[in-house]
Amino acid sequence: MVATKETIDKIKEVSGTYKYGFVTDLEAEKAPLGLSEDIVKFISHKKKEPKWLLEWRLKAYKKWLSMEAPNWAMVDFPKINFQDIYYYSAPKAKPKLNSLDEVDPELLRTYEKLGIPIKEQEVLAGVAVDYVFDSVSVVTTFREQLAKEGIIFCPISEAVQTHPDLVKKYIGSVIPISDNYYAALNSAVFTDGSFVYIPKGVKCPMELSTYFRINEQNSGQFERTLIIAEDNTYVSYLEGCTAPQRDENQLHAAVVELVAMDNAEIKYSTVQNWYPGDKDGKGGIYNFVTKRGNCIGKKSKISWTQVETGSAITWKYPSCVLKGDESVGEFYSVAVANNAQQADTGTKMIHIGKNTKSTIISKGISAGKAQNTYRGQVQIQKKAKGSRNFTQCDSLLIGDKCGAHTVPYINQFTPYARVEHEATTSKISEDQLFYCLQRGLDTEQATSLIVNGFCKEVMKELPMEFAVEAQKLIGISLEGSVG
Amino acid sequence: MSLLEIKNAKLNLDDKNILKDLSFSVNRGEVHAIMGPNGSGKSTLSYMLAGRDGYELESGDIYLDGQSLSEMEADERARSGLFLAFQYPVELPGVGGMSFLREAVNSRRKFLGEDELDHLAFVKEARKVASKMSVKDDMLKRAVNVGFSGGEKKRFEILQMAMLKPKVSILDETDSGLDVDALKIVSDGVNAQRNDDNAIVVITHYQRLLDYIVPDFVHILSDGRIIKSGGPELALEVEKNGYAGLINAA
Repeated sequence: MVATKETIDKIKEVSGTYKYGFVTDLEAEKAPLGLSEDIVKFISHKKKEPKWLLEWRLKAYKKWLSMEAPNWAMVDFPKINFQDIYYYSAPKAKPKLNSLDEVDPELLRTYEKLGIPIKEQEVLAGVAVDYVFDSVSVVTTFREQLAKEGIIFCPISEAVQTHPDLVKKYIGSVIPISDNYYAALNSAVFTDGSFVYIPKGVKCPMELSTYFRINEQNSGQFERTLIIAEDNTYVSYLEGCTAPQRDENQLHAAVVELVAMDNAEIKYSTVQNWYPGDKDGKGGIYNFVTKRGNCIGKKSKISWTQVETGSAITWKYPSCVLKGDESVGEFYSVAVANNAQQADTGTKMIHIGKNTKSTIISKGISAGKAQNTYRGQVQIQKKAKGSRNFTQCDSLLIGDKCGAHTVPYINQFTPYARVEHEATTSKISEDQLFYCLQRGLDTEQATSLIVNGFCKEVMKELPMEFAVEAQKLIGISLEGSVG
Repeated sequence: MSLLEIKNAKLNLDDKNILKDLSFSVNRGEVHAIMGPNGSGKSTLSYMLAGRDGYELESGDIYLDGQSLSEMEADERARSGLFLAFQYPVELPGVGGMSFLREAVNSRRKFLGEDELDHLAFVKEARKVASKMSVKDDMLKRAVNVGFSGGEKKRFEILQMAMLKPKVSILDETDSGLDVDALKIVSDGVNAQRNDDNAIVVITHYQRLLDYIVPDFVHILSDGRIIKSGGPELALEVEKNGYAGLINAA
């Protein structure tokens, strides 16, 4: 139990400084290895959090201790040693940043390498971006302009300080701490993430974006995102993720909560490219994420679009709870699994209000010896009369060693609703490949074209710049899978 | 030097000898027709020329403009200037006609050392060629061959041929599934592309197509061999007497 001892020593040190005022020792870059109640306290202390949040975290931690890791997903991996993870890791302790110029140039260079020059993106695309590097939000661009509209877009750790009432009211309101194993863990140890608040009647004038990066070895990333859209609002939010190549598996257990009031629309797009591990399945990110949106208001709408190309294991079901009458939930997904990747992803659409509507379009692509599962639940509750769901699950197989699985659950408790489910499985046929080759395209070009054609319905839901990036990513992640 | 030369080509499929010592050559500016009954090896011939997987030569060789093709993959052959208009064009769901064509044209241009066309220049060129062939813009926006009628599919094949400007085009049963009007449009499209630098090989079952695309030479393929070669009159002989007479005489 070396880790525990290390933890205790370090915590003693820190709590000492905490009791007697602020000292320079807070420059520590990581929390000690492992997880304990003290670590939860350490994180909360680092973030200078109010008492209620610390108590909330501790409650979550206790809940987590009493829970078991879920094993129903069609994924296979060795048991995670939660004591072998760093739960807090910051690039460097430093004063709050006022502009991009103050960001560590080394960090900016990393983002450039990722193909997202912050400045360029800021200027050209007019995208407001929040960068979360390991556990700390680095910088949020365009904040002033957004503030003029009354929009709050900032790291959640900052929102805790500046808008505690909003955070307190909504955090855990969509995904309670006891929701599931990884959500409980996240609630206990989340370090940062984005916070968005759109006040009544405001249509957010630009795409909001967060870029997540896991950098440190053995560190977990537990970010928490909370988006609240008041009556008659619109916001489009983009999320991108990467991690460097490492032989060890790294854990990413995020929680994303969306709240949509009357006539509010939230569009949430993800391009996920966490490191998938090598060809034999060594290394890679475990992406165990809970994402859910509450359509509380009448005629509210939440739309999830995701392109999942990375991660060794993906375990993710962005869902919509359609409480408000006539509210709308949408889920558009492309999940690519190559080599030894495993993806178990899908959505839940819970129809509670009258005349609610949901659409699910899922495209799974499997190559190498990868396993790709769509798992989805459509529930039409008794009062949800006049509700409709349409589900379409298409699977594309490349090669003969991979697998595609579709597991739809449909529960309908009123006869006055319509639920449709369509599913197809296909292979890239030799005829299609030969046809493309005969026109002078090479095998990779041909595959990428056919695959992108297969995903088109989902891609068109992504904002333009993101769609281009996503298309390239799919091409890259399938490289070498054909021929 | 011939633009396309097939020398003693032998090909087996599932241990069965399909092409047996097949030879013929096509010069620049010429149109050749290969005619033959069902099962004579016509489709095998077109796949063999285009380099489809599994259709490798047992012995013999093919030359395109003096260059041996037998070691080249299908895409290299295509970029080198060999085009096959498919008997059954393949559907590519979700793949827009315009972007498909652009990738194809730019692959060929890159191979030829020419600049790739940007989106605007390409769209302009494609529209120009399409309007000449009575192909509606709308067809280029749709997914490749998805929901196309028989006539549309064949027109789209010839449009691709016109855009790619190949050295040698092989038209595999291009007349199948076409009514007379469509046949005329497609044939006009092909004829417009005949010039002194390229060559066309028309593979067909019936003489009908050869009324519209008039060949310089006709070869009769039977049981994996060319059993008779001649001018356009040979096609008329087939029309009149059927293949049986020719085969028996051979």
